[in-house]
Amino acid sequence: MTRIGVVIFPGSNRDRDTLRAIELAGGEAVPLWHETASLEGSAAIVVPGGFAYGDYLRAGVIARFSPVMRAVGAFAERDGLVLGICNGFQVIAEAGLVPGALLRNRGLRFLGRDVHIAIERFDTPFTMLAGPRRPLRVPIAHGEGCYFADDVTLDALERDGQVLFRYVHDDGSVAGEAGDPDNPNGSLRAIAGVINAAGNVAGLMPHPECAVEALLGSDDGFGIIRSLVESAGAAEREGRAPRLAGSAA
Amino acid sequence: MTLEPGTGPASQPALHRALGLSDDELDAIVARLGRRPNDLELAMFSVMWSEHCSYKSSKPLLRTLPTHGAGVVAGPGENAGVVSIGEGLAVAFKIESHNHPSAVEPYQGAATGVGGILRDIFAMGARPVAVLDALRFGDPTDTRTRHLVDGVVRGVGGYGNCVGVPTVGGELVFDRSYAGNPLVNVMAIGILEERHLTRAAAPGPGNLVILFGSATGRDGIGGASVLASATFADDDPSKRPSVQVGDPFAEKLLIEASLELIEAGLVEGLQDLGAAGITCGVSETADRAGTGIEVDLDAIPRREPDMAPFEVMISESQERMVAIVRPERYVEVAAICGRWGLARAVIGRVTADGDVTVMSEGRELARIPARALTSEAIVHDRLAAPPERRRQAPAPGAPIEAGALLPERGMDPGAVLLALLGSPNLASRRPVFEQYDSTVQANSVVRPGHGAAIVRIDGGGAGQPPRTPTRALVAATDGNAAIGAFDPWLGAAMSVAEATRNVSITGARPLGVTNCLNFGDPTKPDAFWQLQEAVRGLGDACRALGVPVTGGNVSLFNEAPGSRILPTPEIGVVGLLDDVERRAGPAFRADGDTVLLVGRATPGLGGSEYATLAGLAPEDGAPAIDLDLEARLQAFVRDAIARGLVASAQDVSSGGLGVALAEAAIWSGRGAILRLHVASSPAVDLFGESPSRIVLSARPDDVPALIGLAEAADLPVELLGTVGGERLVIELAGTGATGAAEERGSRVADSVDVAVRDLRHAWDGGLDRALGWRDAGSAAGYAGAGNAGAGAG
Repeated sequence: MTRIGVVIFPGSNRDRDTLRAIELAGGEAVPLWHETASLEGSAAIVVPGGFAYGDYLRAGVIARFSPVMRAVGAFAERDGLVLGICNGFQVIAEAGLVPGALLRNRGLRFLGRDVHIAIERFDTPFTMLAGPRRPLRVPIAHGEGCYFADDVTLDALERDGQVLFRYVHDDGSVAGEAGDPDNPNGSLRAIAGVINAAGNVAGLMPHPECAVEALLGSDDGFGIIRSLVESAGAAEREGRAPRLAGSAA
Repeated sequence: MTLEPGTGPASQPALHRALGLSDDELDAIVARLGRRPNDLELAMFSVMWSEHCSYKSSKPLLRTLPTHGAGVVAGPGENAGVVSIGEGLAVAFKIESHNHPSAVEPYQGAATGVGGILRDIFAMGARPVAVLDALRFGDPTDTRTRHLVDGVVRGVGGYGNCVGVPTVGGELVFDRSYAGNPLVNVMAIGILEERHLTRAAAPGPGNLVILFGSATGRDGIGGASVLASATFADDDPSKRPSVQVGDPFAEKLLIEASLELIEAGLVEGLQDLGAAGITCGVSETADRAGTGIEVDLDAIPRREPDMAPFEVMISESQERMVAIVRPERYVEVAAICGRWGLARAVIGRVTADGDVTVMSEGRELARIPARALTSEAIVHDRLAAPPERRRQAPAPGAPIEAGALLPERGMDPGAVLLALLGSPNLASRRPVFEQYDSTVQANSVVRPGHGAAIVRIDGGGAGQPPRTPTRALVAATDGNAAIGAFDPWLGAAMSVAEATRNVSITGARPLGVTNCLNFGDPTKPDAFWQLQEAVRGLGDACRALGVPVTGGNVSLFNEAPGSRILPTPEIGVVGLLDDVERRAGPAFRADGDTVLLVGRATPGLGGSEYATLAGLAPEDGAPAIDLDLEARLQAFVRDAIARGLVASAQDVSSGGLGVALAEAAIWSGRGAILRLHVASSPAVDLFGESPSRIVLSARPDDVPALIGLAEAADLPVELLGTVGGERLVIELAGTGATGAAEERGSRVADSVDVAVRDLRHAWDGGLDRALGWRDAGSAAGYAGAGNAGAGAG
């Protein structure tokens, strides 16, 4: 079974949700404690949601300096698959693994509710099995999720196909920027998630791992988790999954 | 307040009064010690003999409650009630107040309320899986109320969101009586493997007492006695140092470390430190085990130098736990604490002498029998006297003239329904709930605000496959204060009935009741009478419904200058759903389904939202409750759901049948064509809040069986009509119908006929309008120092 590492910081709180979703998708979920520099043979890494180190200074700003994140950075540099969800997105953005920054929600309040997102590309390791259904209904739960980058960066992201997820209305049309409740945090160009230029690191604010079972209101996120597990398995079989010094297996 | 170091007899003759102890309480202390207490001892007594810790006024009443029942493995007196649910699992749950701290500093008061109740849960060995918060405030248009609501909601969210426990439900009620004294009652639920059930006891003389978590500071000095157990003036800044400051990140680490210690079998006892701090932690654990504890004061890690012994002993600094550990396991305990980055220290040892002893630099600063601080604390025999006006009130359920006072002739029931749906107490709680993380842990089956919370338990994970059928916990909180204001027995009984009914209508069997009794100053006979009557109602209802009381909390002295809160018995119920796939929800399911009303309205509009809207005094006619009928009704609906006969089940409570039907329509997006036989008057039948009524919808094929089942239980059933269309139409028919149409010569009153879209619009925006939150984007962010929780989830 393909091993998928899930980074656990003190303060991570969707780690168990993520581990479970990976297991449901057929992967072997491996918890990776923040002090470890080993990724334990993982073929892909998820940085889950929560409040890493309490998020006291700014979301994700301390977590990026942890031993495990140094290892994740090296893994990503060698084309390893990394997915950051919510606080995990904030952490990988702080670490410079994906472009942009996450600012406080425009409403200045924490928001926990279901939103609709559309997948902009289905040819990525994170979305290949998630189509063609749109839009997806998935929960959000964050206070700092307003995606921000300068116009030049945003234009480049659009041009290069790096906008991976966008907030949309329930009919699939793209949500507005400010004042549209369907863009819950006021993200620029309604961006809910992005992918790096190399195509191996992605982050998003909504929680696909909490939308993997119809019983809990939606299984629209399962395709994203399955895509990751399948892509990691393929990378492993084809010898593309990076092996870091000190790795087990 | 200054205290001399803990030596010698009490240094100031009136020190006990400054600490909130009465003269007779001082005499009782002297009698128990056989001598006068020194200053430190007096301070320890003052917090432990506070109402909050000792239940000195309420204990004789609480002893009358039914606490035994199927599966109860820990009841009142423990940190939380625990009920076995089979398969080796048990559920721990408790509700607790944090009213006074929240009145002084709403953000931290609410946040530490969440933190405190969570510690009660994981101290039992349970992983917290859900939080519900029951909040009460004054007039929502009042500036100060808005400040309190905003702070409390941010505080609940700031703590719960960060610590990773979903907030799945609760209540929000506005009434002018809470203006100076808001209520913040927080309920937490946890799941444990029964073999990991941990007690807050200190067995085994020679065992080590280990304090782990945050260091001890000067925050929360005397919170239990100064804040929680006395009335106070509105917004008194001198009380602010008594409010504790929460750190949810530290709490998250404390949860993980505590559960790891328990799973590894390393602790003999575990106790959280909340009210009365270390004094409470050591005296309660020692007393429960019949042992003593010698505290090494100098070993307690502090946040600041030069803290007086009494400050260290009664500080309510948050996020601290006390573990009782065998000496040979200390290394392992320290390793686990270290892994989670938590400070720990050996602060004492268990002794056989039954005393709590405080040592410093080889000197004995205090020595008090543990039981004198806890189980043998003073108990007061308070005077109870009903208020005068009660004797003039008509009996509950009496067909009184109140109806005649109501503006029902010529009323447009549709307009009244829209007004009710948009009113502050009935409108959607979405603006509040969406500031909470309700989905973390990936077990929340329903989103908050649509009936009882449902949390899956057998979802598997960590290599465990999901269990089939998958079970779930169902939880609800309800507190009927409006009725309780003039009949506290009835208010409490109706609260228990409503909370258990909300659980039963999902198909779940109620396992136990936890309660938070929010009342006034117990030294005032009429306030104590309210408490006495409410406890009697609570007990009667629990006995009738066969549900044990597994724990709770008493919050007295809820009075601000010139006003006392409505007596508010907040009831929390947890139930078990044997198969989560076989559950009912409140929303209509399919067009063509038949709508039925089970149960019948009784006269009495007192205490209803309609009466408030109509400006009617609550004394004018309370509805009655028939607890036997209520028990039959709940058993019937559970049975009907288990047999698969029910498409939807909705409780009739606040706002009456009209609002219940409107919610079922709003939440499903489906209308209905209904005809209601008016037995009393349109107001009573449509908007009265008499209990023991449920709206069901069912496939037409299942209706005969459903009616048969109801009739077998001797329950009245009325066929109301059919689900479908885009409008909610309720035709009022029957001899009791009066109103505009009657005056036009028809026997039929005006009907309700409103588009579901319009119902939704009124309901969805009501709270934002009332609180002035429409322009949420411009609301100032809370910028308190040291608050985690700004970030992600």
